[in-house]
Amino acid sequence: MWRDHTNLSSVVEELTRIVPLEHEKAGANRRAFLKAGAAASAGLVVACFMPLGMRRAFAEDVAKKPAQIPPNAFVRIAPDNSVTVLLKHSEMGQGVWTSIPMVIADELDCDWSKVKVEHAPAAPEYKHTVFGMQMTGGSTSTWESFAQLREAGATARALLIAAAAKKWNLASATDCRTENGYVICADKKASYGELAEAAAKLPMPTNVALKKPEEFRLIGKPTKRLDSKAKVTGTAEFGIDVKRPNMLIATVARGPVFGAKVKSFDATKAKAVTGVVDVVQVPSGVAVLGKHFWAAKQGRDALVIDWDLGDGAKISTEGLRADYRKLAQTKGAVAKTAGDVDVALKSGKVIEAEYEVPFLAHAPMEPENCTVEIGKDGADIWTGTQFQTLDQGLSAQILGLKPEQVRVHTTFLGGGFGRRANPTCDYVTEAVQVAKASGKTVKVVWTREDDIHGGYYRPMWLSRVRATLAKDGKPAAWAQTIVGQSIIAGTPFASAMIKDGVDATSVEGAADSPYLESVPAHRVDLHSPTSPISVLWWRSVGHSNTGFVVESFVDELAHAAKQDPLKYRQALLPEKSRERLALDLAAEKFGWGKPLPKGHAAGIAVHQSFGSYVAQIAEVSVADKKITVHRVVCAIDCGPVVNPLTVEAQMQSGIAFGLSAALHSELTFKDGKVEQSNFHNYLVLRSNEMPKVEVHIVPSTDKMGGVGEPGTPPIAPAVANAVFAATGKRLRKLPLKLA
Amino acid sequence: MKLNVNGQEHEVDAPADMPLLWVLRDLIGLTGTKFGCGMAQCGACTVHVDGVALRSCITPAVALAGKKITTIEGIGKDGDHPVQRAWIEADVVQCGYCQSGQIMAAVALLKQKPQPTDADIDAAMSGNLCRCGTYQRIRTAVHRAAELSVVNK
Repeated sequence: MWRDHTNLSSVVEELTRIVPLEHEKAGANRRAFLKAGAAASAGLVVACFMPLGMRRAFAEDVAKKPAQIPPNAFVRIAPDNSVTVLLKHSEMGQGVWTSIPMVIADELDCDWSKVKVEHAPAAPEYKHTVFGMQMTGGSTSTWESFAQLREAGATARALLIAAAAKKWNLASATDCRTENGYVICADKKASYGELAEAAAKLPMPTNVALKKPEEFRLIGKPTKRLDSKAKVTGTAEFGIDVKRPNMLIATVARGPVFGAKVKSFDATKAKAVTGVVDVVQVPSGVAVLGKHFWAAKQGRDALVIDWDLGDGAKISTEGLRADYRKLAQTKGAVAKTAGDVDVALKSGKVIEAEYEVPFLAHAPMEPENCTVEIGKDGADIWTGTQFQTLDQGLSAQILGLKPEQVRVHTTFLGGGFGRRANPTCDYVTEAVQVAKASGKTVKVVWTREDDIHGGYYRPMWLSRVRATLAKDGKPAAWAQTIVGQSIIAGTPFASAMIKDGVDATSVEGAADSPYLESVPAHRVDLHSPTSPISVLWWRSVGHSNTGFVVESFVDELAHAAKQDPLKYRQALLPEKSRERLALDLAAEKFGWGKPLPKGHAAGIAVHQSFGSYVAQIAEVSVADKKITVHRVVCAIDCGPVVNPLTVEAQMQSGIAFGLSAALHSELTFKDGKVEQSNFHNYLVLRSNEMPKVEVHIVPSTDKMGGVGEPGTPPIAPAVANAVFAATGKRLRKLPLKLA
Repeated sequence: MKLNVNGQEHEVDAPADMPLLWVLRDLIGLTGTKFGCGMAQCGACTVHVDGVALRSCITPAVALAGKKITTIEGIGKDGDHPVQRAWIEADVVQCGYCQSGQIMAAVALLKQKPQPTDADIDAAMSGNLCRCGTYQRIRTAVHRAAELSVVNK
């Protein structure tokens, strides 16, 4: 979703309008904005290596710590030779806590065993180079910061060399080299720790040399995670673990249906619960503050609230489905078109199919939570977030503060999957409201039920696809109508990402499908109905729908053309295309066409998302209408790889996440209420269902893509196609169920 | 009430129905044990009571007086338990939130079955959800932990 828009600079403008970044003005003179005219994927590149600006940005954090040197927003070297990387991205499992430091450390040429990592504070220096705000999402972290952070590491290294040359009174530093945290010149050797303080005082070098790829010591090498120890000892701090002096815990009673408003409430019984301290009304509902979670929860259960339900009470999944079906019979806003598809569809036998995917909750293992402490000089927020800049700006608005007076402390995220990248900052602003209304330091904790009922779902989508085939079996016409709520509408991203009524995230993976290039007449169009249900990006966003639809439908066409599903795809995709490289590698490693164990069948899918090309082949069996996925062979072309272990982990992860949706997860509405509430009826993949996943990486020097999301889209169609191969039944609705 | 957690006696003032999870987290201050569902569906809150894995989110603390409670903070010293070492070796963790519970489940499993099969692992661990999908590396790590435990003996 992020890469294909030429006008992303307007996102920055829009964000700046909504969130006035006062502190940014001060730093503007130090920032170089580069217009990247040729790079269609990056309308604006912010060169934000801002050495001196760091001092201001770190005023709070840095002043308390030992010498911060050299002056660099991303790396600190201490006298004990430890190298601390200030991570501008949020670690939510995807591995940036390791892969990003690898990039800096490689160019810095420091001792990897001395590298420590901290989440950076919310500050302009840490903006995403494409999106202009501090955020983690869209599988962008590595490629958006790769050049920036290599430069940061190399600049720090150059300063350390210069400091050594000065210390040794050398006329020139050309004879100095670095090795594993030392500057060496002939018989002289000094550690980075010894040199750091002097290095910090030197003028910034210009045009530092970067390593050639063959000189990398870390980049490209399988490297184990730096956060493992903290996470296996229970010491890693997640938002829910934050503790502040005199902190209370709050739970919030929110409306039973979307859009409900509190008419009145009686807190008498809630206040009588032992441990309950306060009850306050906030825009989202009624908050109960207690000495501990249990008191806050018991207190909330004792509230008596009279709700004005509004139109949200009318929502039902059946009603939505009927509306969507009707819409799918009409042409929507056109996202992509070529030839005259309506005429072409009349020229042959039409193959038509309707696909449907449900609303889904992200259900990260750590339920939403946020801690807020309002002080005399501003406010502090501790939370696991993917959207620091917006959290800071919107919280400042609520509190009547300047953004820089709101200090955002990013903790580890107990999963994100998009839920913690919310343009409305719902769980953060709500906690700020509770702190403001109560005057207390408070941690708002959501229950799992709050999370499942709390909205910001992956939209329900219904798709109608029609095609005709030419004599060679290839599609001659392809018409795809997509129906589903817009994620982008009403957010700061709207002006950049909705064009002519088309939300780019609703049609990604369909309008840019490589198959369309070989279809003479085609059209992809979109209806974006609205409802009180809030929707949001869920790992792989629109691709979680379009990957399923396109790859299932291509499989249907292959069957109609009486061709092998692999060969059919190969014939449609250009030989040198990156889709083909992934597809061919997966097929080879799987042994496509070779006999499988009795009762097993294979299904294939290939899909590009977030700049990476992923092919997956699933081996399944079906018994008593139960689908078992035994094995998945996955091949990815993501361009140059920083950490192969991360790529492997993210493919396994994306597949597991996608399998939850393929086999189990579904939110349904009745009388406005979500019918599921917790993991007993909102089912996700369990360990006994995890297939053996093999990951193969296509060696590539092509453009770098992401890995957090691209593993998810192909798995549902691969499994559905395998189920068809096993049973002859074409399942067009997720989760896959054999009637 | 008095609770013995990781070999230490704690005097806590908790309501009779308060689950052990919240006593550990909010009253004693041991936050390694996690809240995921509150209804014994996800396993993030797994602790040991007298060596047996138990879901602390649905177990009132008051029922555990006089028993030995062990949390993730109590199973090793500085991450040196064979299961923790195996987890690090196999590069298991992603977001890490469920891993305390996963490790407590694995430690209990290996006590019962020092050389578990894949089926044993699935049976013992399927109550522990991981949304990041670390299941495959968990399987590898449990086997590795079994090896490390033998070496340790």
